[in-house]
Amino acid sequence: MKKRILAVDDSASIRQMVKLTLSGAGYDIVEAGDGAEGLSKARATPLDMVVTDLNMPVMNGLGLIRELRKLPAYRGVPILFLTTESDAEMKRQAKAAGATGWITKPFQQDQLVAIVRKVLG
Amino acid sequence: MPPTDPEQVFLQEAQELLEQLEHTLLDLERGPGDGELIDTAFRALHTIKGSGAMFGFDAVAAFTHHVETAFDLVRKGQVVPTGELIAVALAAKDQMRVLIDDPASANQTVGEAILGDLARLIGAAARHPPGEAAPNAGDPPETGEAHWRIRFRLPADAMSTGTNPLLLLDDLRTLGPASVNALTDGVPPLEVIDPALSYLRWDVTLRTTQPRSAIEQVFLFVIDDMELDIAPIAAPSPGLAAAGLTQAGLTQAGLTQAGLTQARLTQAGPTQAGPTQAGPTQAGPTQAGPTQAGPPTPGPPAPDPAVTATTAAAPPPPPQAVPPPGRAAERHEFQAADTIRVPAERLDELMDRVGQLVIAQSRLKEIAAASNDAAMKSVTEDIERLSLELRDTTMGVRMLPIGQLFGRFRRLIHDLARDHGKHIELVTVGEETELDKTVIERLNDPLIHLIRNAVDHGLEDPAGRAAAGKPLTGRVTLSARHVGSGVLISIADDGRGLDRARIRARAEETGLFAPGARISDSELFQVIFQPGFSTAREVTSLSGRGVGMDVVRRAIEGLRGNVDIASTAGAGSEITLRLPLTLAIIDGLLVRVGRGRYVIPLSAVEECVELSMEEDARSRGRNFLNIRGDLVPFLRLREMFNAATPADRYQKVVIVSAGELRVGLVVDQVIGDHQTVIKSLSKLHEDVEIFSGATILGDGTVALILDIAHLVEYGQRTGERLLAAS
Repeated sequence: MKKRILAVDDSASIRQMVKLTLSGAGYDIVEAGDGAEGLSKARATPLDMVVTDLNMPVMNGLGLIRELRKLPAYRGVPILFLTTESDAEMKRQAKAAGATGWITKPFQQDQLVAIVRKVLG
Repeated sequence: MPPTDPEQVFLQEAQELLEQLEHTLLDLERGPGDGELIDTAFRALHTIKGSGAMFGFDAVAAFTHHVETAFDLVRKGQVVPTGELIAVALAAKDQMRVLIDDPASANQTVGEAILGDLARLIGAAARHPPGEAAPNAGDPPETGEAHWRIRFRLPADAMSTGTNPLLLLDDLRTLGPASVNALTDGVPPLEVIDPALSYLRWDVTLRTTQPRSAIEQVFLFVIDDMELDIAPIAAPSPGLAAAGLTQAGLTQAGLTQAGLTQARLTQAGPTQAGPTQAGPTQAGPTQAGPTQAGPPTPGPPAPDPAVTATTAAAPPPPPQAVPPPGRAAERHEFQAADTIRVPAERLDELMDRVGQLVIAQSRLKEIAAASNDAAMKSVTEDIERLSLELRDTTMGVRMLPIGQLFGRFRRLIHDLARDHGKHIELVTVGEETELDKTVIERLNDPLIHLIRNAVDHGLEDPAGRAAAGKPLTGRVTLSARHVGSGVLISIADDGRGLDRARIRARAEETGLFAPGARISDSELFQVIFQPGFSTAREVTSLSGRGVGMDVVRRAIEGLRGNVDIASTAGAGSEITLRLPLTLAIIDGLLVRVGRGRYVIPLSAVEECVELSMEEDARSRGRNFLNIRGDLVPFLRLREMFNAATPADRYQKVVIVSAGELRVGLVVDQVIGDHQTVIKSLSKLHEDVEIFSGATILGDGTVALILDIAHLVEYGQRTGERLLAAS
């Protein structure tokens, strides 16, 4: 069975790229435009992994990560966040919220696939 | 289909973000302390930068980075968003647009000037963007193959945050042959074991050509919280290497066993482990179920399983289920709506098809009318109803709220106010009024002209306003509302109003009116729409060149609308545009003149009256009709169109109006209402003013559509000539 990944980003272009890249690499992609939508999709569909932006309206990435980690079903599911911040503080906060790792924007498509494979196997 | 190419998606997204940024900045100018606005602006910049860099728009990304940095400081409360900062940010936004649309034409000096201003405003911080972390300094030189000993222990909660230790070991093995030894000395007795925690330590010997950084890279996500010791070691002897290999096999088995043991322990434990313990790769829907939930103690408290079950079983809430709090609700246009993007040309195509359907349907209607087949008549009526509904739905799809257009003018007003040193407030009313998208697009330029005129000629400067006893801030009001099958859009200012005397003097000078003639205000104000008419003594950068108002009128008439002016000296002017809702299909009145059939837009028709023979004879040469006491000039279309057939005994007069003026059109027969699908005339016929287009009738013949604005004007002119002569 294909592994299912939730891609959360308020930028449609990034979502599109993540989707094209990861579906090309053999994953199923579910999309969401903000943290709240991401959370409701995660509740509705079992996911193998979450890739989320941090800076988003309605519910930001940190909020999403915290909420997901509160759900028993998502306690061990890898969560990657996208970040452009070279600011270590943001990374620290996201890690503290329970993220597994990060992808630094801008990234190449093969980098994205490599990181997802690294974390998801 | 919406574009699937991420780069195209980015371009579209960037346009929207820039527009949103502009709105937000303008809102921020009014409420500089609004944290949510600051966040919205920052997010827009952040996304433009991030996505821009992603899709190769490096110049945009680099430029936006500085603006983003500035807004980060604003966000952190270190910099106050002053009017000056917002003005620079708006300029920066324009520069970003240029960089996105046409990077080649971007003027670097402009960009640097903007960044210079920005840096000055926020202090030195922006000049030193945070740099990337320095590359690792202690890397051993890359001299072919090396042996490493790697000893590590993962953070205890690594697995509950999604790290799978087995995958890390796999990752290490991709660097070269490795022997892995799991050290189980840290695993506690069964009764105190927490299946969600990681207790193992590993000792790995790795042979690789990769540098130390590649090994560290494996642990990238956990390296800050783990124990990790990476040390180069001397090459083991061949014998040892062989033994190592064996050992590697053994330890791998050991590791697997250790993993198994832990898994078994988990199952045997007092509580069943959730997917946390089983590892992400096995986290399927069944294991994720609430029955297995609830590992005790560490980590966040586990929610009530029943609650989880309910939420999991509940249908997914619709997107946007969480309403944005507070003022965000008002700015709903910034939220991604539950909509589908469709290229505009596809809508045009759809409208065209519906038009063809309406034409085919009217043919069917004619055939059915001539037939006695009741079943056919019934199905024809159904098709007529459905095609009308389809037409309305399709037109509805093309409708956009005019607020989108009004929103664009906020920036214009902002810039005009700054350039003129005037204080201006823009008030918009009826932003939700919907209009056909083509009409909205074509309204942009005329409205810009009118707003510029209002600011340049209408509104006084603060000193002038103070002298006139008015509030210092002038007001420009844009409003829109539906009236019948059309929309009224007005641009009003509370400035000095039109200068009657000056317009009159200028009109007489240029021979538009005879000196001393009696002229109503409405007529007098119409002259400002004459080509080349200007009373401005000096030409400013914005208006006064005498081009503009006639262009505005032509543009509005091109949309089958008309323009009215009202003005009160000292109190301001109001220009009203009356526009049809759509350009594609109109309700028309079909009339016959001689053998030809013509369509009069129904929205312009006021009434139809009969012109009896004697009245006709009496009015010969005068061509005025008495409509309840008003003299209305009329035009004999038979004469205008050189109809060759004998006139009908009872001629009909269709009274049409454009603005406040009326004129009667004498026709042979009023056939009835007609769904008119408008086809434009060819370029060859562009200069035929009295027809605005053509349509195809049910029997396949062509009917011309009368241009009422021109006919009314023509009729009034003829009427005035006759009046003057009598």
